[in-house]
Amino acid sequence: MKINGNAVTLSTPTPLLDFLRERGYRPELVAVERNGQIVPKAQFAATTLMDEDEVEIVSFVGGG
Amino acid sequence: MNISLNGAPLTVPEGLTLFSLRERCRPAADVIIAGGFQTSADRPLREGDQVVFIRKGEMPSRQELESMMAARHTPFVHERVKKARVGVAGLGGLGSHIAVMLARTGVGHLILADFDVVEPSNLNRQHYFISHLGMPKTDALASQLHEINPFIEVETHNVRVTVENAASLFAGCKVVCEAFDQPQSKAELVSVLLQDLPGVQVVAASGMAGYESANGIITRRQFSRLYLCGDGASEAKEGQGLMAPRVSVCAGHQANMVLRLLLGLDEP
Repeated sequence: MKINGNAVTLSTPTPLLDFLRERGYRPELVAVERNGQIVPKAQFAATTLMDEDEVEIVSFVGGG
Repeated sequence: MNISLNGAPLTVPEGLTLFSLRERCRPAADVIIAGGFQTSADRPLREGDQVVFIRKGEMPSRQELESMMAARHTPFVHERVKKARVGVAGLGGLGSHIAVMLARTGVGHLILADFDVVEPSNLNRQHYFISHLGMPKTDALASQLHEINPFIEVETHNVRVTVENAASLFAGCKVVCEAFDQPQSKAELVSVLLQDLPGVQVVAASGMAGYESANGIITRRQFSRLYLCGDGASEAKEGQGLMAPRVSVCAGHQANMVLRLLLGLDEP
């Protein structure tokens, strides 16, 4: 699969929420697009990532 | 030959120059702007020229004022942005500056939302004055925008923008700027706007605290309809404040990306 343009091998289909936590993201601070579609925040647990997916993850820091 | 003079169409004979036109129409004018450029050199007029003559210190008619205010725009920008509808969610350091810049650019319809009032710690970076302390930010900003550009429509919502109301607040906007402070709110707003408003483009911000180099602040295209401005890392935290220079640079990135999108350019 591709994460933010970088190739990553996903050995087994993985729930997005688990994937984010494993990679050190705080799920409440990110927005995710999968294969060109936004993933609703409420769907992070129910969304399963597959090895052919292209995923973009944006993590926000505070300030404005 | 057809040109426009101070916003009104005008047919002029071939061979006329900028200076001869001024002599004929506005002999007292001391500023000459042609094609978005202030000039002191004479040149022949060309078909389609947009010419503005201004006499300093003179209050023009309302109609002429609008064309004079846009005279330094690149030609045909004003006509395009005037029709546009743009939302700004959060009117703090980012949102207040974005709104001011979009108003100066003449974006015709601005939808501005914030729940808060102006308090003293806002004044180190936000576009408010002492006289605004205690006022809702929506009112304080709308009054400034009216002074900056009375030719645009400003719609304000003195409410907290939430995942429940975001889509209805910003329905019909071509572009919405995320200009919140809290990172969780930023992530939620961006997600819900992209999810609920299928045509909208979102220009968000992350990382503009402190006083690291301003050159670290850039605009990236993150998703198909999401642009992100900032350095991506400098968070507001104890020991690292938020100050006018980098916050304004980031707001400038957001406003310029809005302008580019309104003009049909989708590269950051």
